[in-house]
Amino acid sequence: MGDMALAWRQYRLERRMFWRNPTAAFFSFVLPLIFLVLFGALLSGDRENLEIIVPGIAGLSVMATTFNALASQMTFLRDQGVLKRMRGTPLPANAYLAGIIGNAATNAFVQIIIVVLAGRLAFDLGWPKDWLVLVVFTLLGVACFASIGVAFSHVIPNFEASAAYTNIVFLPLIFISGVFYDVNDVPAFLHDIANALPLVHVIDGLSAALVTGADFGDLASDLGALAVWTAAGIFFAVRGFSWSGSREE
Amino acid sequence: MSDGAPAILVRDLRKSYDGHEAVRGLDFEVAHGEVFGLLGPNGAGKTTTVEILEGFRERTSGIVSVLGFDPGERPRELRERIGIVLQSCGIYRHIRVAEAVRHFAGLYPAPRDPDEVIAIVGLDAKRDALARTLSGGQLRRLDLALALVGDPELVFLDEPTTGFDPAARRSAWETIRRLQELGKTVLLTTHYLDEAQALCDRVAIVKDGRILAEGPPAELGSTAARYRVTWSDEHGEPQSREVDDPTALLHQLTSAALARGKPLSDLSVTRPTLEDVYLDLTAQAGDAAEQGENAAEQAEEVR
Repeated sequence: MGDMALAWRQYRLERRMFWRNPTAAFFSFVLPLIFLVLFGALLSGDRENLEIIVPGIAGLSVMATTFNALASQMTFLRDQGVLKRMRGTPLPANAYLAGIIGNAATNAFVQIIIVVLAGRLAFDLGWPKDWLVLVVFTLLGVACFASIGVAFSHVIPNFEASAAYTNIVFLPLIFISGVFYDVNDVPAFLHDIANALPLVHVIDGLSAALVTGADFGDLASDLGALAVWTAAGIFFAVRGFSWSGSREE
Repeated sequence: MSDGAPAILVRDLRKSYDGHEAVRGLDFEVAHGEVFGLLGPNGAGKTTTVEILEGFRERTSGIVSVLGFDPGERPRELRERIGIVLQSCGIYRHIRVAEAVRHFAGLYPAPRDPDEVIAIVGLDAKRDALARTLSGGQLRRLDLALALVGDPELVFLDEPTTGFDPAARRSAWETIRRLQELGKTVLLTTHYLDEAQALCDRVAIVKDGRILAEGPPAELGSTAARYRVTWSDEHGEPQSREVDDPTALLHQLTSAALARGKPLSDLSVTRPTLEDVYLDLTAQAGDAAEQGENAAEQAEEVR
């Protein structure tokens, strides 16, 4: 079997494993919807704010399904010895990781679809202004946060610690990156920190696609920032990769 | 493969962690179709050695050939032809037994029939069970099934029965004997003497990264040590003596008993078992070195 076919097989297994834990799958898809409903109620149709919240929550979803999910999943697989077992088989490492990351990417796209549908049906935001920008920034966000998530798993000492480690990154980042309010309203120093980090740039792109209709030319700096973060993520993901847990033997 | 070259060849294998030598110049060969055991106490360097042969760890020096390949280069063809049961390794919690075996079958170019493999390891009744519902012994059998489904020529078993109850051990032994009948080459590590004795064609006793003795289990018992003769003397006191040849001693004892007109009670003549040889050999090396060994193996995993 070719490597592509092996990656596809691994991807299908990962999808089955994801759905075989149905409550976990359900809650991961419900999370962005809960945020949308809550803020929809709070803002009660304040269009200007909804136009901030909907792309913000789309960005949050991309990060949660990739960075959070992969940091904890990779830690689990490493701790449990699954990675080491797979390394002893003929399955190439690239095909294995492609299956796992493909699973996370699928969840990211499903959530983007949920957010887009909710924006159209519940909040009357209309259909996305630019589908291509939407797809490109979702893909870039997935690539960026997936690689950073795998890299981040290298510093998480064990699976029990993974929720604490991911939240210490995830929660502050969503608060400073304009998920819940206009990023321009935050103090300058926080704004600068947020701009140096990737989430703001994913949300900028999603906001352009869903609300403002800005084109790739306007988004050049966002594309550049995400490319740099993705390259750094891949570098550290590969470099620190460990096939077995630190507590073994 | 049948060109006379051994399945595994190890020459002067050495492995150091942070200046500590965990493996200090091992030499052994395993022929095709042979069941070879590395027997030794915890921290003897058994797992380090096996993980070098499996391609999980890099050696410091020495020559290693597994089915003609250098495992340090991790060639894919080698991984297609070996099966590995690690000392501890996990599996997806929500995967079903048959699903896992089928998935792993798909990773190999010429796998065995998954149903047949499930039957060999005795998991028929659990084929639709989720991995997270299996007992420790059942998970170990699943490990074995996943190692066998690629139809490997060579199977590595690192402490395959550690933590098993006696019944589970017997059934695991049966499975390993079936591997031998199928013509597989098996390298197993164990710290159980009876296991080495029951399963292995040849055994190497390892301690502190060195081989102390090597040979078929029966020969290791008979060549290295002597006969032990025990009896009760005329006062009923137990006596014991070790001799190379018990003939003269037995003649003496039986003659004396006949002369006294009393039976010679509690007489026994035993040949040393592998256990005696093992305890004798492993007791000679210091225990402090063993502890250093454990620490070094842990240090390696932290990297």
